[in-house]
Amino acid sequence: MTAITPEIVAEHGLQPDEYARILKAIGREPNLLELGIFSVMWSEHCSYKSSRIHLAKLPTKAPWVIQGPGENAGVIDIGDGDAAIFKMESHNHPSFIEPYQGAATGVGGIMRDVFTMGARPVANLNSLSFGAATHPKTKQLLRGVVAGIGGYGNCTGVPTVGGEVRFHPSYNGNILVNAMCVGLARTDKIFYSAAAGIGNPVVYVGSKTGRDGIHGATMASAEFDEDSESKRPTVQVGDPFMEKLLIEACLELMATDAIVAIQDMGAAGLTSSSVEMASKGGVGIKLIMDNVPTREEGMTPYEMMLSESQERMLMILKPGAEPQAEAIFRKWALDFAVIGHVTDTGRLQLEWQGEMVCDLPLDPIGEDAPKYDRPWAPTPPRAPLGEVADSADLMGDLVKLLGSADLASRRWVWEQYDHMVGADTVQRPGGDAALVRVHGTKKALAISTDVTPRYVFADPLEGGKQAIAETWRNITAVGATPLAVTDCMNFAAPTRPEIMGQFVGAIEGMAQACRALDYPVVSGNVSLYNETEGQGILPTPGIGGVGLIADWERSATLALKAAGEEIWLVGASAGHLGQSIWLREIRGLEDGPPPPVDLTAERAAGDWVRALILNGTLTAVHDTADGGLLVALAEMAMAGGIGASVTPKGSHFAAWAYGEDQGRYIITVKPGTTLPPCPVPLSRIGSTGGTALKVEGIGAQDIGALRKAHEIFLPDMMAR
Amino acid sequence: MKTAVVVFPGSNCDRDLAVALELITGVKPAMLWHDDTELPAGLELIALPGGFSHGDYLRSGAIAARAPIMREVIEAAGKGTPVLGICNGFQVLTEAGLLPGALMRNAGLDFVCRDVALEVVTTETPFTKGYQPGETIRIPVAHHDGNFQADADTLDRLEQQGQVAFRYAEEVNGSARQIAGILNAKGNVLGMMPHPERVVEQAHGNTDGRKLFEGLLNVLA
Repeated sequence: MTAITPEIVAEHGLQPDEYARILKAIGREPNLLELGIFSVMWSEHCSYKSSRIHLAKLPTKAPWVIQGPGENAGVIDIGDGDAAIFKMESHNHPSFIEPYQGAATGVGGIMRDVFTMGARPVANLNSLSFGAATHPKTKQLLRGVVAGIGGYGNCTGVPTVGGEVRFHPSYNGNILVNAMCVGLARTDKIFYSAAAGIGNPVVYVGSKTGRDGIHGATMASAEFDEDSESKRPTVQVGDPFMEKLLIEACLELMATDAIVAIQDMGAAGLTSSSVEMASKGGVGIKLIMDNVPTREEGMTPYEMMLSESQERMLMILKPGAEPQAEAIFRKWALDFAVIGHVTDTGRLQLEWQGEMVCDLPLDPIGEDAPKYDRPWAPTPPRAPLGEVADSADLMGDLVKLLGSADLASRRWVWEQYDHMVGADTVQRPGGDAALVRVHGTKKALAISTDVTPRYVFADPLEGGKQAIAETWRNITAVGATPLAVTDCMNFAAPTRPEIMGQFVGAIEGMAQACRALDYPVVSGNVSLYNETEGQGILPTPGIGGVGLIADWERSATLALKAAGEEIWLVGASAGHLGQSIWLREIRGLEDGPPPPVDLTAERAAGDWVRALILNGTLTAVHDTADGGLLVALAEMAMAGGIGASVTPKGSHFAAWAYGEDQGRYIITVKPGTTLPPCPVPLSRIGSTGGTALKVEGIGAQDIGALRKAHEIFLPDMMAR
Repeated sequence: MKTAVVVFPGSNCDRDLAVALELITGVKPAMLWHDDTELPAGLELIALPGGFSHGDYLRSGAIAARAPIMREVIEAAGKGTPVLGICNGFQVLTEAGLLPGALMRNAGLDFVCRDVALEVVTTETPFTKGYQPGETIRIPVAHHDGNFQADADTLDRLEQQGQVAFRYAEEVNGSARQIAGILNAKGNVLGMMPHPERVVEQAHGNTDGRKLFEGLLNVLA
């Protein structure tokens, strides 16, 4: 037996004090297999050891929440016996090392989290952060990630309906790939992961176990360095065809009542699924490792337990249900093996070649994992932005902004995704939120992913509020009621107090916004150590919001609909240029505080707009976000192929046009419409019509020219 | 009208096609499994759906074309039963030899999903009776391997004998002569890359695909 040396402990990513904790918990020295199991379960990725005490501050409850954080995904009630099940998860480190497979398996993993709960996946979204558009690696990473997301999602027949792509030098050495999946189930057919029933069979289904992805969770819990490229073998390889078969086979079995509990084998594979299922059920589990289907001969239990081979699930079946279940999996040509049973020991016991090779108490592995209250330093407040000279060419700036990396059209990306399969995509990519019909009904889910990392960096609290508020606003802008969010918290190393300060601040801001908007967090994921050689990413708490509209025919789109309509601006405008895209792209400054979010005004404005969408008063709606008022109006004009004419306000035209004040919407109405009293400032800003976007007294730009600048950026960048 | 949709492992537009057929014919289609060795009696349309049968491994459609059910489909097609293959279904039909040519990787190498303009080249078939000759319609594509290629003689013959059903009215994937859909010589087998089943109701934003199914219904029912 291998003796456990301090070097071996370190290779497993465990600190000396954590190893001492293991010795104390089990009262003896672990063998190598047992050490491996502790190392993955206590990795940051699986244990949330640095983030747990802060995550607990997020509101997670509402009358419509069926399942909050702690399961494979969150579940909300959307009426009529229907439930929406969703989660977002990161696959950052693998995607930087091997972009196609890293992104593809990220999509596969999040879909398994959703269908393991009984839901048919109906929508995928992605929040992607890349380095500077001009960085030599960015192009190849973008191409690989987009191809990987498309390659996996398209094959499984789940539409990729939305998401976001951003570029910033802080991601040069550490891109972010966050994948979100939303599924639909019946509220009385939701499956959970807690094992139960002493003696019940433990069943392995899906693909065989190979030697890929061993230590993936540990890699995802460490910083990058120049040797990270050598970690390519830790990246898993996805097989979307296998995933498609697994979805169909699992859903077919779930229609019977054979399953007691089920969980996918995600990060840390067979280890985390068996440990978590047994821990949640307060039982023990015994596995016969000789029965695990393997891809190659001679695999050791250590390799089997730590493999992250994809497209595998672990289930506890009712006694006697094995033949029925096996027939379904054989029909779909998938592996099916009874590999153990539920015990009353409270222990994880693994037998191999007739010997007990692992015998550990479950509590210390899961529930008693280390929990750290790491020191943190609050982010110092930014000094107010001083005087900024007004724009010398307001309309020229508009063309530059629409054709800039962060604001340019994402068509090149989403045309590589099948965003229509399922024939329920009512609003395709390019709008404020994707709208996906609940199959066979008039109901639709509105889904949006958002975060503005530069705001979070400048002020984590306001940035955290803004990330939540922006998904809420985007969902509102299509006419849906926002119900709940999933979060994907991407930060640098938590061992640095200033990074922990960003995390703590962002959580506080998110919690405030969730409370003010009745918009709880139901699932999420934390990805730390996103840095390369000490260079951290911008703090990026990606938010995926889900809302509901009772009748999709009532929904609104951002496209201008007709000439001669009135254009109104909802919400207060202070002309906030700090951290704006205009300031960065035109003045070359990333400076000042981000725009504050007034949550009371946010909610009042949104509720007012939504009511007017639903009663048919508004002809077009768009929230004003990145880029400000004039950019938002240009997007509406380009989408509708109709121009607009607006009158500027104030003396600083750039602040009026490109300030990024929050909580605002542009709406259009038929001429002569009487709008009801508005709880936030409301002002008429112009009229629709013509073929240009015109700012009275300043100038005009033809829609064709705007569209050209907007559409050409990504194709040009990728062709270079 | 009695219809059937063939499901291969990896098909993923089978439900969408079944929903469209039921919407327009009023009757649920029979769902056939690739391993089946018999067709239900009296079928008036056999439809092969889009998706990634067998993961597109080997070549798109190649493994599915050898499925047990395909022997029956080929036999039925020979007897004149209308057969419609959409996207991966078109790829299966070429691999099974029911249609000439091959669907290669898109010229741009990337997967492409968007609405495209299509010219209806012939209305002299049960599949296209619902359209006006020369009409331009908009139907989405979603494929990686939609680049139709055949030798020049075959292409000439397809054009001369009225076997080109749809032509792209814009550049999409590098297809020879911008061919988007073709018929067999008898006119009872249609393969097309665009997805008419995705544009059959108002929620889809346009209903240009509807007329294909309605035309079939009028001719066959």
